[in-house]
Amino acid sequence: MIGELGQLVLCFALALSLVMAISGLMGAAPTAFAARKTATSSALGLLVFVSLAFGILTYAFVASDFSVTLVANHSHTLKPLIYKISGVWGNHEGSMLLWVLVLAIYAGLVAVLQRGGERLTSAALGIQGLLAAAFILFILFTSNPFLRLDPAPFEGAGLMPLLQDPGLAMHPPMLYAGYVGLSAAFSYAAAAMIVGEEGWARAARPFMLIAWIALTCGIALGSWWAYYELGWGGFWGWDPVENASLMPWLIATALLHSALATEKSGAFRTWTLLLAIGGFSMSLIGTFLVRSGVITSVHAFASDPTRGFFIMVLIALAIGGALALFAWRASSLQGGAAFAPVSRETTLLLNNVFLVAACSAVFVGTIYPLVLDATSGTKISVGPPYYTLIFAPIFLALLALVPLGPALGWKRGDLKPVLRSLTPALGLAGVAAVTVLAIVSPRGIAVTGAFAVAGWLIGASILDIRKRKGARAGAFASAIAHAGLAISLMGIAGTSAWRSEALTVVSPGQKLTVGPYTLRFDGVTREKGPNYIADRAHIALMDGDKVGTVLLPEHRYYPAEGQDMNDTAIHTTGFRDLYLALGDDRGDGRYALRAYVSPLAPLIWLGGLVMALGGMLSLWGRLRVKEPQKEPAAPAVALAAE
Amino acid sequence: MNAKKKRRLAFAAALLAVGAAVAGAIVYGLGENVMYFRSPSDIAEKQVSQGVHFVLGGMVEKGSVQHGAGAEVRFRVTDGKSTVPADFNGVLPALFREGQGVVATGAIDAKGTFIASEVLAKHDEKYMPPAVVDALKRSGRWQEGSK
Repeated sequence: MIGELGQLVLCFALALSLVMAISGLMGAAPTAFAARKTATSSALGLLVFVSLAFGILTYAFVASDFSVTLVANHSHTLKPLIYKISGVWGNHEGSMLLWVLVLAIYAGLVAVLQRGGERLTSAALGIQGLLAAAFILFILFTSNPFLRLDPAPFEGAGLMPLLQDPGLAMHPPMLYAGYVGLSAAFSYAAAAMIVGEEGWARAARPFMLIAWIALTCGIALGSWWAYYELGWGGFWGWDPVENASLMPWLIATALLHSALATEKSGAFRTWTLLLAIGGFSMSLIGTFLVRSGVITSVHAFASDPTRGFFIMVLIALAIGGALALFAWRASSLQGGAAFAPVSRETTLLLNNVFLVAACSAVFVGTIYPLVLDATSGTKISVGPPYYTLIFAPIFLALLALVPLGPALGWKRGDLKPVLRSLTPALGLAGVAAVTVLAIVSPRGIAVTGAFAVAGWLIGASILDIRKRKGARAGAFASAIAHAGLAISLMGIAGTSAWRSEALTVVSPGQKLTVGPYTLRFDGVTREKGPNYIADRAHIALMDGDKVGTVLLPEHRYYPAEGQDMNDTAIHTTGFRDLYLALGDDRGDGRYALRAYVSPLAPLIWLGGLVMALGGMLSLWGRLRVKEPQKEPAAPAVALAAE
Repeated sequence: MNAKKKRRLAFAAALLAVGAAVAGAIVYGLGENVMYFRSPSDIAEKQVSQGVHFVLGGMVEKGSVQHGAGAEVRFRVTDGKSTVPADFNGVLPALFREGQGVVATGAIDAKGTFIASEVLAKHDEKYMPPAVVDALKRSGRWQEGSK
């Protein structure tokens, strides 16, 4: 029964999305008042119906209704409640429904907030409606989550143990909030070209910010999960699926900066439109890479060629349509305003050049093996050194420029006073570099450079914050976000350069040293979890002759799924992680054990959080200002505030 | 007007230079860091030179896994037609099993043994890396439905 109900609700949602698409686009005409009303109400209706469909599927998972095929294949009565819920999106069909839900939420937000002119909003809703219709059709025809199973089995097949983790329960919704949030920027950009309205960048800014914050958090969560769950001590593997989330982030970051210039000084008008199209294109391509099965990984739930084909057609239509619109209409928006070579615009231009270059490098590295396989059948993989080779110099150069941006004026700036005001930051950079060279080994150019740049960034952020003392919260956004970047940079550089590793087979009672730590292996016990059996190693972290802390890495077996998994144990001081992963049983109570000491590793994710916090401050400042036109005219602080 | 044109030209030239530099770095980086996927049959047919890093895919032969005194482990990778011995010094991923698919990166040494620098964690026992499926198909040992 519940399956049919869900399907019916989804069909209603499809009808509403079509109404929204048609009325929204009709509402772009100057006098189509009724159509605009219809677009707004159908957007809200769409949100209600998609939420209902999602709610029904969630209910089926929570109630373990195995008459629904999807639930039978991906759930289990013994699973803890949180994983029954996260199981909804722990599979292809459910995750696509989540995608549409997020799309509907953004459409609802666009309709409620009504940012920008009426016609602009209406046209943006029209585009959102088209996207929603396309994705609901995709779900109904190729990935229906409500298909029935008759007879219903007594027990479900369970969820991949690797996905049964709180970090990963939250990772997909976060990432989708980011991916799909870029659809709002895309819709606004397309709407701006249809209507010919130039204020779109300001109207779409909150959505770009939400998308960027969500992407930042989503990527940080995914990387943190990979770190503590996969047991190899790394935080980023340049896996195609990771790249699929990084590419939209790079473009979204470029978009945030370019749109700012468009909004504040009128520069880069057409470029910002292109970035808005490009950002969402990257999201779509990411979805294609991950969901079509061309890449196999933990994320690739299914390899059904019709799905891949459908998404590919969808991408072609969305990108092709947007680019055609761009070619036809972009000239209707005024060209970019001029600016002097030394100005904030130039730094933002460089920011964009570097970010787009970085994104291109990731794109080529991700796509090249697929193209080669499709054309010649040769299978290759692109190793992490490729990405490091290109990313390290691009990012160090980009970050070295960052402090100049907020300090320079729009249109025309003066480098000398800016550099003079930044002297303390330069000092901090020098101190950081000398400290790294003097007290830490092994020494290296890259790591020294990274810490110098981080010191420079943090110093500039502190100066920036002091300068803006007393301004509204949004004014501190960029300083905070840039400081977050510096914190992550230190984490990445520190753990990459100074990580130490021990790999041994240990017998009960045996001691081993790794980095500054002495560990004692106290044997393994058999433990029973809610839906798994674990071999739990007891490893004492020695404090002289006494036991300081006991760490408990586990090797888990999930009988329902018939799978094994490692659960690492991490002891952190906030500045240094001791990381333990239990290996295989070698008999006689002996076990393989892998231990890492990762200096500064926690900073990687702390930096991500700080970056997101910067985004939130900016968003808060934006949403508090109700009427953009009536913003108090205090250009010196208010403009510099961004 | 003239000054504006000049500036535009300078911008275009600068962008072009940056673009060329990035493209150059990409091409160079790819050339240095691409690893080919090879099956045990490819190695038997001498398609792999000694010391060149590549990705080896196949099945872990039943009964072939031997542990050393330390963390080192020795096993054989097969695609049903040919078999290659492999050495690895490290902790194997939780899903490493005899008779199941494996993907490892490394290089062949002078004795024809594959020295693995990394054995990749697989995520699902039902899941078979497509490259392994491909290798099994080519050696004629792939059974549809054995997935």
